[in-house]
Amino acid sequence: MSEAEITRAITFTVNGAVTDMHVEERFSLADMLRHCLALTGTHLGCEHGVCGACTVLVDGEAIRSCLMLAVQVDGSDVTTIEGLADEDGRLNRLQQAFSDHHGLQCGFCTPGILMTLSAFLADNPAPDEGHLREALSGNICRCTGYQGIVDAVMDVVAAPAAKAGQ
Amino acid sequence: MHGKVFVGQSVKRLEDPDLLRGQGQFLDDLALPGMLQAAFVRSPFAHASFSHIDTATAAAAPGVVAVLTAADLPAEMREKRILLQVPNPAISYPVTQMPLASKEVCFVGEAVAMVIADSRHRAEDAAEQVIVDWQPLPAAAHCVDALKPNAPVVHSTMKDNLAGRFSLGFGDVDIAFNHADHVFSARYDTHRGTGLPMECRGVAAVYDVVGDGLRVWTSTQTPHNTQRGLVDMFDMAEDKVRVITPEVGGGFGPKNQVYPEEMMVPVAAKLLGRPVKWVEDRREHFMTTTQERDQVWDVSVAVAASGQILGIKGHLIHDAGAYLPWGIIMPYISASTLPGPYRLPAYRMDVSVAFTNMVATTPMRGAGRPQAVFVMERLVDLIAHELRLDPAEVRDRNFITAAEMPYSMGLTYRDGAPVIYDSGDYPEAQRRALAGAGYADFKARQATALAEGRYLGIGIGNYVEGTGLGPFEGATVRILSNGRVAIYTGATPAGQAHRTILAQICADQLGIDITAIDVVLGDTGVMPRGAGTFASRITVNAGSSVQIAAQQVRAKVLALAAAKFGVAESDLELADGLVKITGAQGDRISFAELAKMTSGMPGYVLPQGVMPDLEASGYFTPPQATYSNGSHVAVVEVDPETGMVTIDDYVVVHDCGNVINPKLVDGQVQGGVVHGIGNALLERMVYDDDANPLTTTFADYLMPTAEWAPNCRIIHMESPTPLNPLGVKGAGEGGTIPVPAAIVAAIENALQPFDVRFDSCPITPQMIVAKIHATAQ
Ligand code: FES
Ligand code: FES
Repeated sequence: MSEAEITRAITFTVNGAVTDMHVEERFSLADMLRHCLALTGTHLGCEHGVCGACTVLVDGEAIRSCLMLAVQVDGSDVTTIEGLADEDGRLNRLQQAFSDHHGLQCGFCTPGILMTLSAFLADNPAPDEGHLREALSGNICRCTGYQGIVDAVMDVVAAPAAKAGQ
Repeated sequence: MHGKVFVGQSVKRLEDPDLLRGQGQFLDDLALPGMLQAAFVRSPFAHASFSHIDTATAAAAPGVVAVLTAADLPAEMREKRILLQVPNPAISYPVTQMPLASKEVCFVGEAVAMVIADSRHRAEDAAEQVIVDWQPLPAAAHCVDALKPNAPVVHSTMKDNLAGRFSLGFGDVDIAFNHADHVFSARYDTHRGTGLPMECRGVAAVYDVVGDGLRVWTSTQTPHNTQRGLVDMFDMAEDKVRVITPEVGGGFGPKNQVYPEEMMVPVAAKLLGRPVKWVEDRREHFMTTTQERDQVWDVSVAVAASGQILGIKGHLIHDAGAYLPWGIIMPYISASTLPGPYRLPAYRMDVSVAFTNMVATTPMRGAGRPQAVFVMERLVDLIAHELRLDPAEVRDRNFITAAEMPYSMGLTYRDGAPVIYDSGDYPEAQRRALAGAGYADFKARQATALAEGRYLGIGIGNYVEGTGLGPFEGATVRILSNGRVAIYTGATPAGQAHRTILAQICADQLGIDITAIDVVLGDTGVMPRGAGTFASRITVNAGSSVQIAAQQVRAKVLALAAAKFGVAESDLELADGLVKITGAQGDRISFAELAKMTSGMPGYVLPQGVMPDLEASGYFTPPQATYSNGSHVAVVEVDPETGMVTIDDYVVVHDCGNVINPKLVDGQVQGGVVHGIGNALLERMVYDDDANPLTTTFADYLMPTAEWAPNCRIIHMESPTPLNPLGVKGAGEGGTIPVPAAIVAAIENALQPFDVRFDSCPITPQMIVAKIHATAQ
């Protein structure tokens, strides 16, 4: 094993499950999630921190998992797209709104966008459209032209929680 | 029930639930036991030769299983090139890539060796230790320069860089120019960008020793072409090569050819007897995935005093890059798209295709059309400017009218059929777009804004787009013994929701819900023939095939049930997966029971002449392309100090014939427009004078983000085509095509007080500021 391949033991929570593992120090969080834990819903669109496809939540904050090392999540709470649906397995409000408003086409950017917006809406439950577009501008989507995404979020923001759940 | 329940409705996509949960299975999500990972060693030079590759250190590195160079390939592959997709006698040097270059590389990123290891990290570590004795050669970096005498040749075996030359046209341009009241000339250039699906390319393969078969997964728009390429490369029987597309994270054109990695990963899997996977990274994508849109047009237009166009002639130089995977169809599409919605009595375009030492250019969303539309619409705006006429009025005076449909242009399209516009109302499309944008009072708004120091401008972009090319895209519809319905087709989606659209068409024929349908796509194992997803052709081709096949299945279901119940077919109805006798209680049979009966149930004898299974296949073959059209109007504000352009309003009138699912068409248009905004304002693949790519990250190559994207106001017109049973035309690319034309016109209109002209795209803030300064001097 070369020096580059030294591993380290880490413990963290991912989508509610406590996880212990040995991970190579050079692995990005994205590589670890995808290849060690088979959580392949986190996608890689650039691996240089610009496209946002790899966004996950670490302790509630949206971060780019291609830019963070796996060992940095030791002791943290990680949420990925696989952990976003409601507890009963149904799509959550935001996911459902994406389907209602054609907020996705190929779906490759979608997990990163959903995670980015989840963190954004937690901090800003009632954004206006300009603020939303600014928050979304760190995620690239080639397919949709963003309008379906914006419509989906504005619907979630406008709709009373009870109704939008289904 | 039999009628339009789903077709024409904005039903929700069948694709969404998995994708929204992160459960979509994309190429890189595929993990097979014992799978190895590959990395490629690529040329750092745009042009170089080499004679020796030292792989010893790399081969001994930890985890490395093999390092392959061209010399290690099986005999049948040596010096062999990938199949040319569209041969054409006008091509002077039909050269495609080899799986690995063997002695010369002709663009930055061309692969010369492949490292296979037990992890991607280790494969990349070892790839850095492969040593190549590069001998750099001079490179041709621009298509115009490449055609000059004494330009460096792109391939050392060639004597010049002319990849092909042809002319097309009709009428007598000499007469037109001799009789013109005015002749205006200009040079227009459009630039390379790239399609940039958010998912890069990727390939995985396993070789089955027992069956001597290859199974290949690839993130492509065209699995059948990949299969053809592999069959040709390996001299294998077709049925031994199965190509499967997983979910594809966007295509936009660049995933519509056969790439060297799609040859190398399978060969490595075969040689090593283990599954192998390679996933492109974004830097590789910017270097090695095909691009498009470098063209230079020198054109003249002959005009009557009224503004009526009498003729157009000119010369187009098209940049092919270093290889011709798609032959020369793109400049052909460009030249034949130029006349657009306008009546053009005489036309002649001479086309030269130039090799350059850059990655090959191939069709990308719009495929040669955005350039042609840019040139034509700029010419019309030039006429308006010179004759002091309103740009909309000049267009009105030249439109082909609805009464003239079908309208024969006098050209041959790339499908070999004459260009005959089948339906559409071009003047009405523009009228609605102008009304939508408030064109009538725009001048007043512009003047008010200008008084406040704000520069508003309006621009128009009209286009006609050949879509729905054949030869065919087949579909099989089968009722399964569990009562569900399966559709099998070669069509390969990359976000267009083919599953939903095809299920809508089928559901209406069989009287079932779309959720009772499973659509199996993009697998040569279930559909042995197919062409692929390009040229906005799937709803036209596969949609029509599904319609035909579903109608046949319906007829069979009715015939069998009628025989069973001893009633006339007209007494039966189909609903919710059941065949019922109309009005009667109780007498009914489910699709599941019928399917079981007809699939060989002991004791059931099929009526004479009836084949087993509730299954039918359709291979709709369109007689020619069907022509979609549209009219875009952009309203922009330009800041002359900073050169920043803001899009205030964007109106699209879009006519793609009958609409199967309005929400999905809106999505295609909105996404297409935003792609076009990139082409108009942001996206430029920059190369230096030695043909080194300089924009190889998303930080250097800018794509439109949510802040750039207007909320397009989309107005549908539906002029059904008589050319297919659904009356549909293609919708996937039209959104992109006229955007640079409309936006650049709007910028120019906003900057009228400075009297600047723009003849290229994209237009950056720096260019705007420089133009204003230059004109002021
Ligand atoms: S993959 Fe992490 S930002 Fe693009
Ligand atoms: S849906 Fe394809 S990139 Fe966003």
